[in-house]
Amino acid sequence: MTVISPFWTNLDQIFVLLQQWIESFFPLWLQPAVGSVLGVVAIVAAFPGIFALTTVLERKGLGRMQNRLGPNRVGPLGILQPVADGIKSLTKEDIVPLTADAAVHFLAPVVLVIAVFLGFAVLPIGRNMVLANLDAGLLFFFAIGASTELSIFMAGWSSRNKYSLLGAMRAVAQMISYEVPLLLSSVVAVMITGSLSTVKIVEAQSGFTGIFPHWYVFTPWGFAGFTLFVIAALAETNRSPFDLPEGESELVAGYFTEYSGFKFALFFLGEYLGMFSIAGFAITLFLGGWGAPLSVLSFIPSWAWFFAKLFCAICFFIWLRGTLPRLRQDQLMNFAWKFMLPMSLLNLLVAAAWRFLPEGPSRWVVCSAVLLAAYVLLGRVLMRHQHLGARSYRYAD
Amino acid sequence: MLGEGILKGLGETAKNFAGSFVSKERLTTVQYPEERIAPIENTRDFPFLVYDGAEDADEAAKLAGLRCVACQICEKECPPKCIYIVKSTDKKPDYVGKPQIYPARFDIDISVCMSCQICVEVCPFEAIKMDTEFELSTTDRFGGLLFDRDHLARSNQHYHKIHPTEAAEVDARLAEEKAKVEAKAKAAAEAAAAKAAAASAAPPVVKPAPAKEPGA
Amino acid sequence: MSSPGFKTYRPPVMEVSEEGDELLEVAMGPHHPSTHGVFRMDVALDGERVVKLKPVFGYLHRNHEKIAEKASYLASMPYTDRLDYFCSLTNNWAYALAVEKLAGLEVPERAEYIRVITAELTRIQNHASAIGFLMQEMGASGTPLMYAFREREKILDLFEELTGSRMMCNYMRFGGCRVELPVGWLNKVRVIVDGLPRFIDETEALLTGNEILMARSQGVGILKPDLAINAGVSGVMLRCTGVNYDIRKVDHYGIYDRFKFRVPLGDHGDIYDRYMLRVLEMRESVEILKQALKDVPAGPIMDPKSKIRGFRPKPGEAYGRIEAPKGELGFYLISDGSPNPYRYRVRPPSLINLTILEDMCLGQNVADVVLIFGSVDIVLGEVDR
Repeated sequence: MTVISPFWTNLDQIFVLLQQWIESFFPLWLQPAVGSVLGVVAIVAAFPGIFALTTVLERKGLGRMQNRLGPNRVGPLGILQPVADGIKSLTKEDIVPLTADAAVHFLAPVVLVIAVFLGFAVLPIGRNMVLANLDAGLLFFFAIGASTELSIFMAGWSSRNKYSLLGAMRAVAQMISYEVPLLLSSVVAVMITGSLSTVKIVEAQSGFTGIFPHWYVFTPWGFAGFTLFVIAALAETNRSPFDLPEGESELVAGYFTEYSGFKFALFFLGEYLGMFSIAGFAITLFLGGWGAPLSVLSFIPSWAWFFAKLFCAICFFIWLRGTLPRLRQDQLMNFAWKFMLPMSLLNLLVAAAWRFLPEGPSRWVVCSAVLLAAYVLLGRVLMRHQHLGARSYRYAD
Repeated sequence: MLGEGILKGLGETAKNFAGSFVSKERLTTVQYPEERIAPIENTRDFPFLVYDGAEDADEAAKLAGLRCVACQICEKECPPKCIYIVKSTDKKPDYVGKPQIYPARFDIDISVCMSCQICVEVCPFEAIKMDTEFELSTTDRFGGLLFDRDHLARSNQHYHKIHPTEAAEVDARLAEEKAKVEAKAKAAAEAAAAKAAAASAAPPVVKPAPAKEPGA
Repeated sequence: MSSPGFKTYRPPVMEVSEEGDELLEVAMGPHHPSTHGVFRMDVALDGERVVKLKPVFGYLHRNHEKIAEKASYLASMPYTDRLDYFCSLTNNWAYALAVEKLAGLEVPERAEYIRVITAELTRIQNHASAIGFLMQEMGASGTPLMYAFREREKILDLFEELTGSRMMCNYMRFGGCRVELPVGWLNKVRVIVDGLPRFIDETEALLTGNEILMARSQGVGILKPDLAINAGVSGVMLRCTGVNYDIRKVDHYGIYDRFKFRVPLGDHGDIYDRYMLRVLEMRESVEILKQALKDVPAGPIMDPKSKIRGFRPKPGEAYGRIEAPKGELGFYLISDGSPNPYRYRVRPPSLINLTILEDMCLGQNVADVVLIFGSVDIVLGEVDR
């Protein structure tokens, strides 16, 4: 392995060094607590900042895809647009319906935001940079992620509005159905690594053969798992094309109809942070976490790679949003149960086969062939079952 | 295969995204009001009355050159009836010198006007044409959109500026009319002059009394 | 008394589930981000399925037909622009056709060519916008709509050069067209028509094979041919069921006989068929334009017999209809010799196509109601007049 100069190593560990320097001002028994507090502060400061940038990026990106400029009046290139949006949402009147359950109505966005922030605790953002190095980090992440669904149902229920309740029930049904393929597709990474700890999963992917990395996405089962995970993640975070709960034109109201002002902004924040945390998790499981894509580039700090990959994931989500129409509720559910679930189960088998087949090109061929054949067959069967397909048109004579 | 169409669609949007940085065709935003597109010549917004004179003429000069003769054809043909004309009691000479009545009042309510251009089409005197100004919003909700004769009167030079081709044609036609009238006047004057000259040059012709036959 | 072969039509009634739940009654509109104007649908839902649907319109009624009885024939022409405000030139043509039939006027060739060119350009921009709006309702965040409007802007700029106004054109007159083509206009049209196939190809690449679009629109909102014929549906809605009826081919109005173009037909009668038919019709319009632009003859643009002022057609009645982008647009005029018509009736294609909205939506998901409504492609200016 090439020797990396101490400048780059220090830059890689700069946040850890900063944390240790601040801790040194405190007595020894207080230092772990201070370290945790610093980590929390860093997360609470960094990710909402990324959220602010993402809102501008999304609007400008969508605009460019649609042959128009996005916001460009507030600040240079529109960078200060989230400041304007924030001021707007803070100064709007906070209307709570008279018949609404006030406590639950207030708690719903709070629960959402707390739950998604907790999810960031197990993401290794860089080398030695994870807030909570749990042995069962994956389990923790999914458990916390499930409680976001609770907050959505609280929102819909407390509004005492039959349309909001419908919207909330739909959203919860969608998210619960997609939890299953989400988990199953992440289990393959656990199987091959042999541990539930996110730190160990990233470290297992940090090796290189030649200049190519050992990321799981470059294996057949890893690629399939990554695709399934990303699709399920889109559905979990209610992003296009699975954003029916937010679609104003489909449903009369969504689960956050009765929210205004800052609480609405909190829902928005919670959704986007959930998107970042699940994208970060996909990066951790399949894209090598903080690892560099080519061994010659490993001098660049690990946290820089993590954020670069996160940026690419966000751009991909925005790209999908600008292109695809949304699926209807029953089509969403069909897709989850009839396509994603069998494919994730098959993926488990393929990953197991990969583990036990001898190394060499044979296991690549076998695994890829099985997955490809299953994908094509399943896709064809499902589309034909619903009589969907390309058509040809005749002309009058 | 499942997913092919989606990938093709993603390719399209990516092409548009990338293209929006390089080609003007893929980024069609015109940041009004700092940027404006060049106005199209034939565009029409609201009518104005044409007068022959300088652009900064005073009221009397505007009235003197006003082509409108208050025939009220545009008022009758206007579909939403947004024109209100009151004829004058005296006359003023028009561009060929003939005395014509003029409008004492000529009001157009542009909150009613639908820019259909029928008034322009039916005017026999090339007196009313379509202007191209559209930034006419005002906070005066009662009189701000009611234009009177002096507000509507714009010079022929303004007409040339906004619709050069049309104005050139109109000028040619009016010049032709004027030339015809002048030719006729000249011919009539020449004939009258010839008659007068003939009358003054020749000795007075005495009509011979009817010969009376003696003893008829 | 019933004529043989005519079955009494009874509107369909959905059976409601036996659990005795109350039906959820939702009023969709009149202010709703996806209706094509002010239009309300009172929908009764059983769970997710539509059990009853009552369209409520009239929010945009502007007394067009009554105004026409008081105004002269010429003064009604700018009002026809505002019927289907997307396609003002075809509205003008339909009205001019009816009056020309009434008064026995003949249109010179150059004017006929200009009419065909402007009508086909109108058809292209209308179909592009209709597809864009349908995708917007499907949740594609406006991307196809922006592409359609990009092309529409080019066509509207052409109209502004020709007629003075982008949308309210007021261009056709009885016996021809109002004003001569500006210098260089035909070349500009040629340039834009050459760029249109690429736009249609891009739209197809983005949308036609899209599995999500197929899943949302195939098999949804099916219309049967006999119901379509009995209800008087016309235009793309009728052809998507497989009935071959295009007024350009049936009536041979204008000079459409000189151009070779095909009429696409659908087989299933669902939303996907209507979308595809609009795309194919855009391609056929490009073909017509290419042929028409090749040989526009020189000559007058107005019938010398027609009068601008004091137009009094002889007493009689006439019905003039054209294949407007939305369907069969017809004007029925009764004249009693005076400068105003005695009766002036517009046959609005959007309204007639809406009468079967309930039949198409029964049993469907509430999320599809908006899509079905969007695929009918209506404009409220025409529905309410």
